[in-house]
Amino acid sequence: MTNFTTSNGNKERIGVYVCHCGSNIAGTVNVEEVAAWVRTELEGLGVLISRDYKFMCSSLGQELIQNDIKELGLTRIVVGACSPHLHEQTFRTACRRAELNPYLCELVSIREQISWVHTDKDQATEKSKAVIAGGVYRVVHHQPLEPLHVPIHPATLVVGGGIAGIQAALELADAGYPVYIVEREPSIGGHMAQFDKTFPTLDCAACILTPKMVSVGSHPNITLLTWSEVRQVEGYVGNFTVTIQKKARYVNDEFCTGCAICQEKCPKKVIDEIYEAGLGYRKAIYTPFPQAVPKYPVIDRQNCIYFQKGTCKACEKFCPTNAIDFTQEDELVTVNVGNIILATGYDLFDARRVSQYGYGRLANVFTSLEFERLSNAAGPTNGDIVLRDGVTVPKTVGIVHCVGSRDRNFNNYCSVICCMQGLKFAHIVHERTGATVYNFYIDMRTAYKAYDEFYQRVLEEGTLFVRGKVAEITDAARLPGEEGKLIIQVEDTLAGKQRRIPVDMVILSSGLEPRSDAKDLAKLFGISCSADGWLIEKHPKLDPVATMTEGIFIAGSVQGPKDIPTSVAQGAAAAARVLGRIQQGEIAIEPILASVDAEKCSGCRICNGLCPYNAIVFHDDRNVTEINPALCQGCGTCIAACPAGAISGTGFSDTQILAQIDGLLLLNAE
Amino acid sequence: MSINGKPKFAMYWAASCGGCEIAVLNTHEKILDIDTNFEVVFWPIAMDAKYNDVKAMEDKSILLTLFNGGIRNTENEEVANLLRRKSQILVAFGSCASEGCIPGLANLSSLSDIFNASYQSASTVNPDNVAPKTSVSVPEGEIHIPAMFPALRPLDQVVSVDYYMPGCPPESHQISRVIDLVIKVISKEADLPPIGSVIGAGESTVCDECPRHRDVKTIKQFVRVQDIDKINADLCLLEQGIPCNGPASRSGCGALCPKSGAQCIGCYGPAEGVLDFGARMITALASVIESNEPSEIERILEGIPDPVGQFYRFNLANSLLRTGTAAWRNNASLKE
Ligand SMILES: Cc1cc2nc3c(=O)[nH]c(=O)nc-3n(C[C@H](O)[C@H](O)[C@H](O)COP(=O)(O)OP(=O)(O)OC[C@H]3O[C@@H](n4cnc5c(N)ncnc54)[C@H](O)[C@@H]3O)c2cc1C
Ligand code: SF4
Ligand code: SF4
Ligand code: SF4
Repeated sequence: MTNFTTSNGNKERIGVYVCHCGSNIAGTVNVEEVAAWVRTELEGLGVLISRDYKFMCSSLGQELIQNDIKELGLTRIVVGACSPHLHEQTFRTACRRAELNPYLCELVSIREQISWVHTDKDQATEKSKAVIAGGVYRVVHHQPLEPLHVPIHPATLVVGGGIAGIQAALELADAGYPVYIVEREPSIGGHMAQFDKTFPTLDCAACILTPKMVSVGSHPNITLLTWSEVRQVEGYVGNFTVTIQKKARYVNDEFCTGCAICQEKCPKKVIDEIYEAGLGYRKAIYTPFPQAVPKYPVIDRQNCIYFQKGTCKACEKFCPTNAIDFTQEDELVTVNVGNIILATGYDLFDARRVSQYGYGRLANVFTSLEFERLSNAAGPTNGDIVLRDGVTVPKTVGIVHCVGSRDRNFNNYCSVICCMQGLKFAHIVHERTGATVYNFYIDMRTAYKAYDEFYQRVLEEGTLFVRGKVAEITDAARLPGEEGKLIIQVEDTLAGKQRRIPVDMVILSSGLEPRSDAKDLAKLFGISCSADGWLIEKHPKLDPVATMTEGIFIAGSVQGPKDIPTSVAQGAAAAARVLGRIQQGEIAIEPILASVDAEKCSGCRICNGLCPYNAIVFHDDRNVTEINPALCQGCGTCIAACPAGAISGTGFSDTQILAQIDGLLLLNAE
Repeated sequence: MSINGKPKFAMYWAASCGGCEIAVLNTHEKILDIDTNFEVVFWPIAMDAKYNDVKAMEDKSILLTLFNGGIRNTENEEVANLLRRKSQILVAFGSCASEGCIPGLANLSSLSDIFNASYQSASTVNPDNVAPKTSVSVPEGEIHIPAMFPALRPLDQVVSVDYYMPGCPPESHQISRVIDLVIKVISKEADLPPIGSVIGAGESTVCDECPRHRDVKTIKQFVRVQDIDKINADLCLLEQGIPCNGPASRSGCGALCPKSGAQCIGCYGPAEGVLDFGARMITALASVIESNEPSEIERILEGIPDPVGQFYRFNLANSLLRTGTAAWRNNASLKE
């Protein structure tokens, strides 16, 4: 460690700390040289001390800053280390402990933006000097700021009633706090409710899911809003006002006993594209499955004969409790909550997009969800595994992994669950039909607890594994024995040859994709999606269920492909984060805010529709715009947009940014 | 003070069109106040005077100099330096001196392109290929004419400036206000604003003075004012798709253009504290374009066929992107 101390007559007394981050930074940046340069070159600006240290974020590193603040009377701190996402709070807290306003500290990233992305040590060192100079120039213009404190409403909104949402809701409700669940479908349960067995333990999905669904339905602290969607979100952490559209069920839940007579009597059969994955039928009045929670059915207006043609009302006639009510209308309900957990899950990749696999064209090519229904004892075939004709039991079955995943034409990512789900299918086919099963895989990914053991078991059962990406599935026979079969054309990369394998049935392990409306959902709740479309967590390792928007959490496969155990863990984790908030009673929000200078505002209204947090109000009478500080998240959208320069942001004033640019260009200046 | 006890006044035109001078004359009887209160020592358009007369004056002997026009050639630069030395208060008067204005648009072209366009293009009849030279020998000796610089610079990129008075040209009522103010300062009835201020203009933007009604803005197309059949007389032009620069332009003109149904073109320069007019206006419009479809956005933007003319008409030479000084530094030919 090297120290440089100087004295100066400047107003601000600045301390600069350059972190080695072990070899993370020091491996690529000559940190000693940077610290020495800062001391000599920036002394004139008020740099009193400039140090480098192995781990600035360690307690010793923080104490170094604290002691300097006390002993040297430092008034500004610049730390050159990792991204502010990671440790801004750490160094701000260190300042606070030394009684320096935390906002007088500037964290400059020389790791993510320099050492991790460059290889040339000299140039990386020069760039580090430049960005730290930018930080020093900037920090002089920082203002002491005080956080705002807002109370936290104890209720929570959970959006999506799959296993992740269910878990989150139960944790919160069991802890004694009110929860609203908004579920788009008539019942909660999500994808898990469609499955027969779950890997790796082969528990019956219904047996482990139904009790949880029932607890949700009967919990005194849970208000369940199914057949509903969120339409508007206003407010901010601790105090959201959410408007929910409750679609008309046309069934009065005060009278309905869930006897299902209506569903029996309804004459209109509809192909069930959601729960039965298109393999089975439901009625126009329906609950998706017998264990549905709540038990009340809904009338699907588009398919109801009465709504379309004006006569029928069979359900009304047969309902023993007069619960059918054709006059119901959609309702808007408003709830106040302090925090929101989004758990809206995934969509299955549409296998039609891989046209060479023939799904939709070749009858006996099935998707994974179709197979789940086929193998489900409560499914359309009562669990019999048969071909599309409904009777023929397959003698050979091919299971194709990675459909739409790990494929540059579709999704680059691994869908995580498909290998295990392919193995689960192999086991079920084997057990129920005795058929010969081939699994076609690129790499076998069986990472978590008891997963590889399951793979071993399926291997021992005699399933045949072919390592290679399937090129084509066709019904065009070329060789003897191929007639009437589906032929899987694949390069067997272990045997090192092309193979054509005739089978009776193909199951495509389709990948998981973000919900088709994930971007709209993100916009509605003011958070962001990755380029793939999954909702983005605050930090991929250290803050996996929070988002960049305070008070909005994510759980389960809405964040990325996940199995059930991880989805449940995330649901519980999100609930724990929310509980922490609720129990604090109030929360300090960042005082990084925008405000309008009424003198400069011309009332042009350019900014009025831009705020993602609805913080902007326009006063017609005075013709000026104003920003509600409690709603503003300091995103800067309006600041950039205001053509009059009437909006400024604390922490990001023009003076600060321009000073930072001056500092950055210091080395290049003539 | 001069012999007659009155403070001295000067006005000069560098690279400009002359409109600023006309605007001063357009103050009508106010011009007499100048004569009453000042001794006019140098004002090429209004009186005969030689540079040597100015050179002979004592430094700081002129109280007020209104300097209009940008710095395009060596003569402009020489006089700017001279007047800076001789003046107590130097005002960058009008858009050219303040931010470059129309002559500054020539910064998009190299000097040789400018000369080619003037002396060689198809529209020029120049069979002998005559081109200007900065010096020529004649029997009487060698004579010189000023040399063009590679870029036009606003006044403050050459000498320090005390005040800026925007406008192309500044509105006469604003000129009168400034004259009144200086007279009051002389008689100690008022103080000068802080050095570096903009004078003779408002604090807000043109929209502030514009009576047109506005709503939350969402723009689905841009149209040129001449391509529109009927302009709604009461509604904000921008909301009708006419790219009005009012939201970003400094107030002071009284919103003359939008009041009469023509879009504000931004001649009063950026609002207080705004560094780059064009960038501000571009982000503002980009924020209210109502589409997320790249192809649709492309189509909407085609409604602005000349972005430089739309956003940088007056401030190109003073913009962050392309300042006169940057062109200046990189041009070796200049250092000859
Ligand atoms: C074929 C297949 C087999 C699988 N088998 C297994 C297995 O054996 N073991 C295992 O661990 N994992 C398995 N998985 C993975 C498992 O499905 C997921 O881990 C799990 O379902 C994720 O739960 P979730 O709550 O995150 O999402 P989901 O189950 O997708 O639930 C999301 C819920 O949100 C609702 N929703 C969506 N959008 C909105 C909205 N805008 N407003 C309100 N509500 C909305 C949906 O209707 C749904 O109820 C399998 C996956 C597939 C495709
Ligand atoms: S900075 Fe502006 S746009 Fe962003 S949250 Fe605040 S008011 Fe809204
Ligand atoms: S964009 Fe600026 S000037 Fe226009 S209304 Fe908003 S704050 Fe006022
Ligand atoms: S017409 Fe132009 S100046 Fe008037 S309010 Fe609209 S944008 Fe502003």
